[in-house]
Amino acid sequence: MLKIEIDGRQTEVPPGATVMDAATRVGVFIPYFCYHKKLSIAANCRMCLVQVEKAPKPLPACATPVTDGMKVWTQSELARQAQRGVMEFLLINHPLDCPICDQGGECRLQDLSVGYGGSASRYREPKRVVSEKEIGPLVSAQEMTRCIHCTRCIRFGQEIGGVMELGMIGRGEHAEIVAFVGRTVDSELSGNMIDICPVGALTSKPFRYTARTWELARRKSVSPHCGLGANLIVQAIHNRVMRVVPRENEALNECWLSDKDRFSYEGLNSEERVRRPMLKQGGEWREVDWQVALEHTAHALRETRAKHGAGAIGALGSPHATLEELHLLQKLARGLGSESVDFRLRRCDFSADGKRAGVPWLGMPVAEIGALDRVLVVGSFLRKDHALIAQRLRQAAKRGQQINLLHVAGDDPLVRLANRLTVAPSALPVALARIARAVIEAKGGALPPALAQLEAAPAVTETARAIAASLASGARVGIFLGNAAEQHPRAAELHAIAQELAGALDARFGFLGEAANSVGGYLAGCVPGPGGMNAGAMLADPRKAYVLLNVEPALDCHNAAQALAAMHAADMVIALSAFGGGALDYADVILPIGPFTETSGTFVNTEGRAQSFNGVVPPLGDARPAWKVLRVLGNMLGVEGFDFDTSEAVRDAACRASDVAGRLDNRVSGIALERRAPAPALERVAEVPIYSADPLVRRASSLQQTHDAAPPSAFMNAATIARLGLAAGAPVRVRQESGTAVLELARDDGLADGCVRIAAAHPATAALGAMFGEIRVEPA
Amino acid sequence: MTTAHPPLPADAYGPDALIMKGVDGLNWRLKDYEARGGYRALRKVIAEKMTPDALIAEVKKSALRGRGGAGFPTGLKWSFMPREFPGQKYIVCNSDEGEPGTFKDRDILRYNPHSVIEGMVLAGYATGTTVGYNYIHGEIWDVYQRFEEAIEEARAAGYLGSNILGSGVAFELHAHHGWGAYICGEETALLESLEGKKGLPRFKPPFPASYGLYGKPTTINNTETFAAVPWIVANGAERYLELGRPNNGGTKIFSVSGHVERPGNYEVRLGTPFAKLLAMAGGVRAGRTLKAVIPGGSSMPVLPGEAMMRTDMDYDSIAKAGSMLGSGAVIVMDDSTCMVKALERLSYFYFEESCGQCTPCREGTGWLYRMVHRIETGHGRPEDLDVLVNVADNILGRTICALGDAAALPVKSFIAHFREEFAYHIEHKRCLVSIPGGYATVPGVPLGEAA
Repeated sequence: MLKIEIDGRQTEVPPGATVMDAATRVGVFIPYFCYHKKLSIAANCRMCLVQVEKAPKPLPACATPVTDGMKVWTQSELARQAQRGVMEFLLINHPLDCPICDQGGECRLQDLSVGYGGSASRYREPKRVVSEKEIGPLVSAQEMTRCIHCTRCIRFGQEIGGVMELGMIGRGEHAEIVAFVGRTVDSELSGNMIDICPVGALTSKPFRYTARTWELARRKSVSPHCGLGANLIVQAIHNRVMRVVPRENEALNECWLSDKDRFSYEGLNSEERVRRPMLKQGGEWREVDWQVALEHTAHALRETRAKHGAGAIGALGSPHATLEELHLLQKLARGLGSESVDFRLRRCDFSADGKRAGVPWLGMPVAEIGALDRVLVVGSFLRKDHALIAQRLRQAAKRGQQINLLHVAGDDPLVRLANRLTVAPSALPVALARIARAVIEAKGGALPPALAQLEAAPAVTETARAIAASLASGARVGIFLGNAAEQHPRAAELHAIAQELAGALDARFGFLGEAANSVGGYLAGCVPGPGGMNAGAMLADPRKAYVLLNVEPALDCHNAAQALAAMHAADMVIALSAFGGGALDYADVILPIGPFTETSGTFVNTEGRAQSFNGVVPPLGDARPAWKVLRVLGNMLGVEGFDFDTSEAVRDAACRASDVAGRLDNRVSGIALERRAPAPALERVAEVPIYSADPLVRRASSLQQTHDAAPPSAFMNAATIARLGLAAGAPVRVRQESGTAVLELARDDGLADGCVRIAAAHPATAALGAMFGEIRVEPA
Repeated sequence: MTTAHPPLPADAYGPDALIMKGVDGLNWRLKDYEARGGYRALRKVIAEKMTPDALIAEVKKSALRGRGGAGFPTGLKWSFMPREFPGQKYIVCNSDEGEPGTFKDRDILRYNPHSVIEGMVLAGYATGTTVGYNYIHGEIWDVYQRFEEAIEEARAAGYLGSNILGSGVAFELHAHHGWGAYICGEETALLESLEGKKGLPRFKPPFPASYGLYGKPTTINNTETFAAVPWIVANGAERYLELGRPNNGGTKIFSVSGHVERPGNYEVRLGTPFAKLLAMAGGVRAGRTLKAVIPGGSSMPVLPGEAMMRTDMDYDSIAKAGSMLGSGAVIVMDDSTCMVKALERLSYFYFEESCGQCTPCREGTGWLYRMVHRIETGHGRPEDLDVLVNVADNILGRTICALGDAAALPVKSFIAHFREEFAYHIEHKRCLVSIPGGYATVPGVPLGEAA
């Protein structure tokens, strides 16, 4: 440890620490703009100049390493003079019009100018003007004259986002921040540049000029999207959510947010929001009051049960719904006598049900991912499905973590990979088995019979061997199954093989987690019981009545066409939904519920962290929190145990936070690994596009203008296109089961031979069937 | 094909020249260099199996100081290179000569390129380094082409490569040309540029000796520094030191420009009186009186002529007189020079060449230039001079690299020594200099209206 004295306060810091680190430790404030604790040191703003004993010149605290016995003064005449001088330089070309700047009130330059700036300007020369830039739908660069060239945005792209979306051109006074010509700034993390920009140069395009920051209420919340459970500050005015910014949580999202978490709030104020309960009578929708709607619903459910038996009722909840909502949904279904309840909508292989030792989860805390030295990710569109976990891996890779990716597409995760293996979905289990076999053989262990029988002679390929060697050389190994592995037709086998592999490596093992409540849904008991049907079965064999909780079947389920057909075939569809959407076609009752900002609730994230939150604004119109709607419905139907007064009581009935850890267990047993028929000539690879994953984000208008929200095409590699005699750029007709869609054919050489990549969760492909499986392509 | 240059007059660089001795403008090829005793130093090191430590000790003893501007002792710099580093290390030659008034490296590379090659090979041997780069200023393309030819000659003759003269010593040298940015002459910006990035200086520490090119230990010296090494090794450090003064060993090439009869490069012993150097350049042009001299390139403080006439040309003497020897660019101004106009020109240069990375330089150089420009064009305000000095003070010592200092020092020194000229401009909106035909606004014409 090195001793240092700052403004008379003594402390000790480890070698390599900077004066800024030491100042933070002793609570001495040093002003800065370019410094950011998560970014590399640039030392370009010069605002943190301090006086150091024996140094002839003031030194930047952010970049000056502590030496033993160092003495530093941050408030001496030399230091103050340097800081005031820099502040004056920063302001001479900066517009002094804070009242009309969108950053006003939360501007670092504005704040620090109070302490270090003059009360009048000595600068009498013409000021610099920098032309505005159009860089896409999320980040506004309309006020680049305000830029102070701290390069935080550039370093963010290079270091955190993994893609250099912004750079600096020009020299001296003519230096300016630009995007690459014609490119937009909308990678899945770019919104963070708005937060880290210390001035009003990069601002939020959707939020810009809609409110002043000091007028906004700040309320804590939790992201309803991916399995990470990013912590949010939701800002509202007049009962309307205006903006979402990160709430720092080093264990989860650190100080970042994905663009999905940040900008999805626009969907909250969508035109498609349902404000009154609605009944469809005689083919016409009619707004009714809650009493009528609920009585109608209760009556319809009773009638269905009386006519067709309780088994004719199916309940589907969204993995983005709260623990409380999912708990009451399953309780309602079971109260009616139906065990057909599920929240795993995009799964198609349920053969692990009844064979799991507990609730599947990440298998370790998110914060410890970076401490692993070897990682294998199986079946994940990592960057888009888990933007911030990918970010953690990106940083870990720089520190030497070896990351291996086994997947069904060749997308660049912007993470330095040690090895990658891309196979067709039908080949995924065998590929994983080969890696497992190579590891077990290398370790001299006996091949488990189950693995041995998967393929008569599972020849270990070169890449599989390289991945195995990478994993076997590690001391702290993690094996993670991504969303595609969970949505895979042989998900249970992938689970079982991964378990064997993890066992052979003594590795951590788990699931990245599809949605905000992928763990919570299990804890809520929102899975079928004995005699009940799972999500796949209920849609394959249509029920007479469905209760949908925040679900849009054609976009949220594994087999879109089948799900939609089931809805149309049902006598009664009761949709608890915030949005009209497709429900207006097939539903009979729409009960308007509040999205996550309008209800209290709990999400249990992928690491098993139960995060409860309160509503931040009152429900829109007559919408009500879904847990209250379900509670009243339960009472009306006379179901036992529905006398909850608070969502907290519902939560505690579902699962106390202290009980979560004891229920998490990824072990699975008794899964049969089978040799299968040869792969079909063409098979579908479906990703869930990042901004199509759930009803809320699908209505976030700015996100829908990004490149990631482009309409789906049918992608194949060049060899497959040639084999089929097709041409990229031309329209093709794709057929799957009974559905067809006409899409543009595009080339993606990252795909394995025989694969056709067509996104799910999009209206343009909702007529198609399962996310994986046989598909046919012909010229349109 | 490289551009042909006319032959130089005999002894063009002066009687005491070492590096440029015998150079006639045409004899730049390997055989000519060998005929002048070239590569003798390298052969000697190899034949005598001189150790790297002994070589560094020799350079230290010679008191050779960096000729690029900072004057850092060369041998000491070489000794900072880690000996037992497991990866690649680099030797880099800074030939990005871009400072106004400086044109010596261009002559060395054009007329005596092998002296630089031999110096770099010796530096590589001394520091255990096997790869070198010569970063050549982008605006002297013919020099870059010639240096490439010289490298080819040296390689063919076995002076470069993996087994130099059969000794097992390895050193490979590559030439690289910049695109004319002044900032790339700053050693860490040069490294960035060499790596293919925008030329922005890095903050130090870490210094290049520990984190240089591609993050590897790197020694960067000026062209003239490398060119001086073969003579030192061949003739002995003591003889070199004796030519100059204690702590100021050897000879130095001064680029004398401005109002002299024979502008050009003159290689003289360190410690030579300025008056003698001025005489070598033919003295102040006919009919004029010496007014001011910038003794070390445009980034160094200006000194009044009378002060210079009392000064000797070595690092310590010029420092004592209140300026710095810098790169050895001696800019001579006679009494027809308006110091406001001269400063305006210099300030514009630094404004134009600031890289824009750090705040005081990016913002301050523009502020300085605009104020001086206003004063020069008749729009000065009484408070301007104090603001100018204060702004310069706020840049000085606050920036990542020395370009900020380079912009601030001329402003401070011009105003310190010639304040009355600036005050006259501001008060009378006219130039104080009344001699026609010089570097000044036409006398008698209001400022800003002169064509």
